[in-house]
Amino acid sequence: MEAPATEERSEHVPHKKLVIIAWSGDLDKVWPQMILATTGAAMGMETTVFFTFWGLFSLVKDDKRITGDNWMQKMVAMMDRPGMEHLKLGKMNFAGAGPAMMRHLAKDHEVASPGELLQMAVDLGVKLVPCQMTMDLLGLDREDMIDGLGEPVGATTMLTEAQDAITLFI
Amino acid sequence: MTTAVAQTLDVKGLACPLPIVKTAQAVKPMESGEVIEVLATDPGAVPDFNAWCRTTGNRLVEQTEEGGVFRFLVQKR
Repeated sequence: MEAPATEERSEHVPHKKLVIIAWSGDLDKVWPQMILATTGAAMGMETTVFFTFWGLFSLVKDDKRITGDNWMQKMVAMMDRPGMEHLKLGKMNFAGAGPAMMRHLAKDHEVASPGELLQMAVDLGVKLVPCQMTMDLLGLDREDMIDGLGEPVGATTMLTEAQDAITLFI
Repeated sequence: MTTAVAQTLDVKGLACPLPIVKTAQAVKPMESGEVIEVLATDPGAVPDFNAWCRTTGNRLVEQTEEGGVFRFLVQKR
C-alpha cells in the first residue's frame, strides 16, 4: 500500500488547548475521558482535565474504601465505591459483572485500562485538576486521592482555562 | 532511497490510543530531523498517524503495509 507522504508542512495545524470536564464516574465515560486526555497530550495540545462530581471518585486511591467526614458523605462512598478499579458501567452493570467482562474484553484486545491511561496522562503532562467544591461536598481530602494532581480549583479558573480551548463535558 | 531510522517502536496488537500515545512519548526525546519507525496492526492507526502528523507538524515519510502490519516512518519536526 503506497501512501501519500505528507510532504507539505503548510498543512501543519497550530497546537490548541484541550479542556475535559470529567463529570461522570461511570467506567464507560471515564474511559473516553482518559483516552481523549492522553491523545490530546500526544498531539501536543495543552491538556487539562477538571474532575467534578462523580468524576472525582475515580481519583480516589483504590484501597480507600470509605471517604467522607460525616455519615451522609460516608453513605455515598458506601453505595458507590470510589477508585479507578471500582468503577461501574453506565449501562449493563449487572452488579459488577458488566465491568468485569468489559475489562476482560479490553485486556484481550489490548485496550489500556482507565488506570493505565491515567498514569500515561500524568507522564504526558496532562493537568489533572480536582474541583474544590465537590471535594468539600463529598468530604474528600488530598490524602484520599492519588498523587500527581494539581491544586483544587473552582469553576471560574476552569472556565478561564477553557476560553481558548476545545472543551468537552464527559 | 533508504531513510536512516533512529529507532523502531513496536506497537503491534495495541489498540487506540496507544499507538499514537506511545509514538508521541518515543518521539519526545528525539532530535529534530531524526526518523522513527513504528510498526502497528490497528487499522485505525492509518488515519490516526496521518492526522497526528498533520497536527504536530512531524513528517510522515513513508507508510506501507505487509501481512497486516502497518509500517510508518515519521521524521520529527
